[in-house]
Amino acid sequence: MAAAGDSAPNRGDIVWRRVTVAIPYLWLFAFFLLPFIIILKISLADPVIAQPPFTPMFDESGNLSVTHDNFAFLLTDKLYAITYLKSVVVAAIATLLCLALGFPMAYGIARAREEVRSLLLLLVVLPFWISFLLRVYAWMGLLNNYGVINNFLLWLGAIDQPIQFLYTDFAIFIGLTYSYLPFMILPLYATLERMDLSLVEAAQDLGASSTTAFWDVTWPLARAGVVAGCLLVFIPAMGEYVIPYLLGGADSLLIGRVLFDEFFVNRDWPLASAVAIVLLLLLVVPIVLLQRSQDQADDAV
Amino acid sequence: MAAAGGSDDTFIRIRNVSKLFGDFVAVDDVSLDIRRNELFSILGGSGCGKTTLLRMLAGFEAPSSGSIEIDGVDVTRQPPYERPVNMMFQSYAVFPHMTVEKNIAYGLIKDKVSKAEIASRVDEMLGLVQLENYRTRKPDQLSGGQSQRVALARALIKRPKVLLLDEPLAALDKKLRERTQFELMNIQYELGITFIVVTHDQEEAMTLSTRIAVMDQGRFRQVGTPKEVYEFPQNRFVADFVGTINIFAGTVVEIGDDTISVACDETGTTLTALGQHPVEKGQNVTIAVRPEKIFIGKDEPENVFDVSLKGVVDDLGYLGNRSLYRIRLPSGKIVQVSSQNRRRSVQRFLEWEDQVWLSWRPRSAAVLVD
Repeated sequence: MAAAGDSAPNRGDIVWRRVTVAIPYLWLFAFFLLPFIIILKISLADPVIAQPPFTPMFDESGNLSVTHDNFAFLLTDKLYAITYLKSVVVAAIATLLCLALGFPMAYGIARAREEVRSLLLLLVVLPFWISFLLRVYAWMGLLNNYGVINNFLLWLGAIDQPIQFLYTDFAIFIGLTYSYLPFMILPLYATLERMDLSLVEAAQDLGASSTTAFWDVTWPLARAGVVAGCLLVFIPAMGEYVIPYLLGGADSLLIGRVLFDEFFVNRDWPLASAVAIVLLLLLVVPIVLLQRSQDQADDAV
Repeated sequence: MAAAGGSDDTFIRIRNVSKLFGDFVAVDDVSLDIRRNELFSILGGSGCGKTTLLRMLAGFEAPSSGSIEIDGVDVTRQPPYERPVNMMFQSYAVFPHMTVEKNIAYGLIKDKVSKAEIASRVDEMLGLVQLENYRTRKPDQLSGGQSQRVALARALIKRPKVLLLDEPLAALDKKLRERTQFELMNIQYELGITFIVVTHDQEEAMTLSTRIAVMDQGRFRQVGTPKEVYEFPQNRFVADFVGTINIFAGTVVEIGDDTISVACDETGTTLTALGQHPVEKGQNVTIAVRPEKIFIGKDEPENVFDVSLKGVVDDLGYLGNRSLYRIRLPSGKIVQVSSQNRRRSVQRFLEWEDQVWLSWRPRSAAVLVD
């Protein structure tokens, strides 16, 4: 029968379609949800000096033993609140710096001649060919008191003695902006590149100056790229450990560093897990809200 | 001719305008006068410079040399937002993040017109392009034809002195094109705005325009009414580009009072045509005849003043209202003939390989020098 003959390959198709759709879910389950549940479980335990260094969820008699002490501790010790806040502020400033630098760069690349465009894009991703750690070390060499920048300024006579760049917040901003700039440029480029240039011309034709046309047309249409770029920079910058550790001062405590210290220095896994869970919530909640407001804005207009 | 004179009703004055992109000459020393309320078309193939010329009128490109004057004001160096000119883009360029209403109002908002006036003029425009029920739609919920109407309304709401249209009908399907074409003409007539249309489609240019400029390699090859351009092409390029035409090469053998006789190898005869061009004996020229100007028959024509040729039917096509024939002359030259199907019949008047006679009046043919 024709119908049976038709449905047989279809059924195979459906199976394959399900498999392909399932792969990302499986991935997320295995590498995101499962670790998350494990961390959540640890965050509800008490620390012990043992292997592993936390109490089991069920004691010998099989009773559930969980505690919210770790989360309570995060609230009582002001240090954590301050560190979270500082991390948010530092990540936000780094994100804005990346946006301010990345937007004109992405715009320039998107409007460049086609032959030049791929070369410029290559230059944007070229630093990735060198290890991230090496590049951060290179910045130490550039920024330290007798590094390239200070020596140059001394030679120029602009300064009498070296300026303290390294181990300051300034160095952290340089490091973050430098490292995450490509993550801002690439999504921005993707949105700007497929934008119809005649939209800007139409705005100018109807009485908008170049600046007005930019804010009326280019900026709102680039919004998706701006949001994507900001998330791609903000999220990793928020939990960044290496840059603050190597470039920042001993007093520049950011949450990534606290997390590291709780895990490996204090070996207080439950508290470290609680820090990680709160960090995740701090990141996820605003993103979900942002997403929702954007959907609403799209529907409303 | 009218173009050079600079008569009183000249509204747009283009003087010796050139545009170079590096070494490439996109527009080459073009001068043109366009009158008030004209629906003027610039017709040409891709890369002929027509879009560059339009963009210079809009202000998106600055001429390398020359000047452009609109209604007595030199706009050559004016930015687009200061010109009394609006444009309808080929891609329509409807702002995707704004509703139909906001799109149309945009130009007035930028001019800081009062809210009440904006509202009433938007209503007027929505009525003009028949989109009253679509005011709150977003562009992605519109069809191609509707997007085009939004683009048109948006460009017209500022009551520009000149409306520029870049390939206005290219993106529409055939039926919609025909309708839109007449709507554009009606709107132009109603509002009394000068329209300048750039197009590669000769049919579009013919039906829309009061005058046409045929452009090639950055220059105008002929400027005139659709009839002038079609019936009296000034050169081979125009004859060939606008419509279909049969071209016979030959040398001038006799120059009469108003006729020129040309000896033609391809027909093996002497062809006579009405000639306005100053030619000399022995000069190489071409004779051009439109397919619909040629009579086709089975018998030898009686009028001795007509040009008549003998041939066989090489191919034929039935198009309903008319038939197309490709007639092979003894020399192998193919002549295209188009004839009206006046009689209603299921039988074909002619069959393949039928012997036929072609004839045309000397005044139906043109002598072209270049």
